[in-house]
Amino acid sequence: MPRGVGLGRLAGYPARAKEKLVQVLYGKPEIDQALRRMARQIGEAMPPGADIAVIGIRSRGEFLAQRLIRLLETYQPNGIPSGVLDITLYRDDLAEMGPAAVLRETLIDFPISDKYVVLVDDVIYTGRSVRAALTALAEFGRAKATRLAVLVDRPARELPIQPDFFGWRTQPNDGLVEVKLEETDGVDAVELP
Amino acid sequence: MKEAKTREPATPAAPPKPKVKGSRSTSRVSTGRPKGRPAWHRQHLLGIEELTPREIVHILDTAEGFAEVSTRSIKKVPALRGKVVANLFIEDSTRTRTSFSLAAQRLSADVLDFYSQGSSLSKGESVRDTARNVEAMGVDIMVLRHSAAGAAHYLARCVNMCIVNAGDGQHEHPTQALLDAYTIRENKGRIEGLKVAIVGDIAHSRVARSSIWCLQKLGAEVTVVGPTTLVPKGFTSMGARVAHDFDEVIPDMDVINMLRVQGERLESQLFPSLHEYTWLFGMTPERLQRAKPDVLIMHPGPINRGIELASEVADGPQSSILRQVTNGLAVRMAVLFLVNQAASTGR
Repeated sequence: MPRGVGLGRLAGYPARAKEKLVQVLYGKPEIDQALRRMARQIGEAMPPGADIAVIGIRSRGEFLAQRLIRLLETYQPNGIPSGVLDITLYRDDLAEMGPAAVLRETLIDFPISDKYVVLVDDVIYTGRSVRAALTALAEFGRAKATRLAVLVDRPARELPIQPDFFGWRTQPNDGLVEVKLEETDGVDAVELP
Repeated sequence: MKEAKTREPATPAAPPKPKVKGSRSTSRVSTGRPKGRPAWHRQHLLGIEELTPREIVHILDTAEGFAEVSTRSIKKVPALRGKVVANLFIEDSTRTRTSFSLAAQRLSADVLDFYSQGSSLSKGESVRDTARNVEAMGVDIMVLRHSAAGAAHYLARCVNMCIVNAGDGQHEHPTQALLDAYTIRENKGRIEGLKVAIVGDIAHSRVARSSIWCLQKLGAEVTVVGPTTLVPKGFTSMGARVAHDFDEVIPDMDVINMLRVQGERLESQLFPSLHEYTWLFGMTPERLQRAKPDVLIMHPGPINRGIELASEVADGPQSSILRQVTNGLAVRMAVLFLVNQAASTGR
């Protein structure tokens, strides 16, 4: 399979920015600040007394979700359940991915019914990952409401899906944007590779 | 009928091995996004012998992803939606067939069951013809149990659909070895460095053969235990230690896998009397006392209670027998998913 073709948001990922100039847009302080702002917005947007749960989309969404939960606990001190969602089986390009499809565990060990679920991912681009996540989430119950929080909104949606909370929105001609997190990449950064 | 085209190397020969060494994938935190070459390329699972450690670990990791599906209230994922899985069991097996059927159904595949009795096979049709007829009906994956060693490898050369070996003669039973490895890893947190005993009729056991390969590839130290007639010295050539005194090896073992005493073997001269077998090689509460306190007792089932395994042990806290059955589903889901994904490129 040609690399980076037909992989939805995977497109360009293996593009190997080895020799290319990488433009670092934001570092750790900015990411922390953006997450604090998003947490505040989420806290304010939820109806009082709402039962919040935060579910991250594998893999970076998982760690962003954990960070958001730590920040959200000031709004809901008695603990917020967290989950991880692997969307591999629900992707619309699963057949095209072939052996490149890697499935890891989905971990949602609480009932999502009647909860306000905040779905978290690093970048929203085509919207297809989020579509897959919504389909997967529906298998776990009927949430009271589902909201979408992403660190970076990269325009050029292919589906009518928009984030409710986001850290930054890039310009359409910025092209590929890559989020790196300490937990997965050893460093916190938003880059234009 | 459309002539089945022979696809490039449909042989069990290993596909080009990934150039990336295992160290690279283990040093990196798994990000879920494929980087480097995918760990799995095979559209058949024919045996453990030809698999690399990386491929085995990939199956186990994928099975971990599927294990959760069986805990949902809606136990179905769309991984094989629109695909057809055929179970062709030319040798009796309820448990493995049921497990494969359920695994395929949880992946949203349609499942066809073929039995040898009452089918065209009992009318003298060859397996190859049966398989090609099944393929002509649009079946995507065939799960094959056959009494002849090499049957799965042979069919993989005759047809284009994916073949999953569910036991071929005394040769291999890959999914059983994989689910055993999965259960050990789940219980012990690792496989590397563990001491594993496989006890019973090793010579005639496909489970033993697959397990020896599987566990050794993952870094375990395997000892095969049984009477000299059923555990020939030849197994040392597979890298396993051969022992004929069960009591001597028990205290060292982290895992003890008790194989089933097969009825048809009892009549053969290779087998001592049942009583003698239990006396020397049965897992009794007394023997369990001498094992490590956290020893894991396994059995591929169905158990002969009071022969190879005492009831107190089978139902005791060290027993993982039912866990093996549960894990078997996840492992078979992973295998069906992986072979289908490997076959789906270029379709």
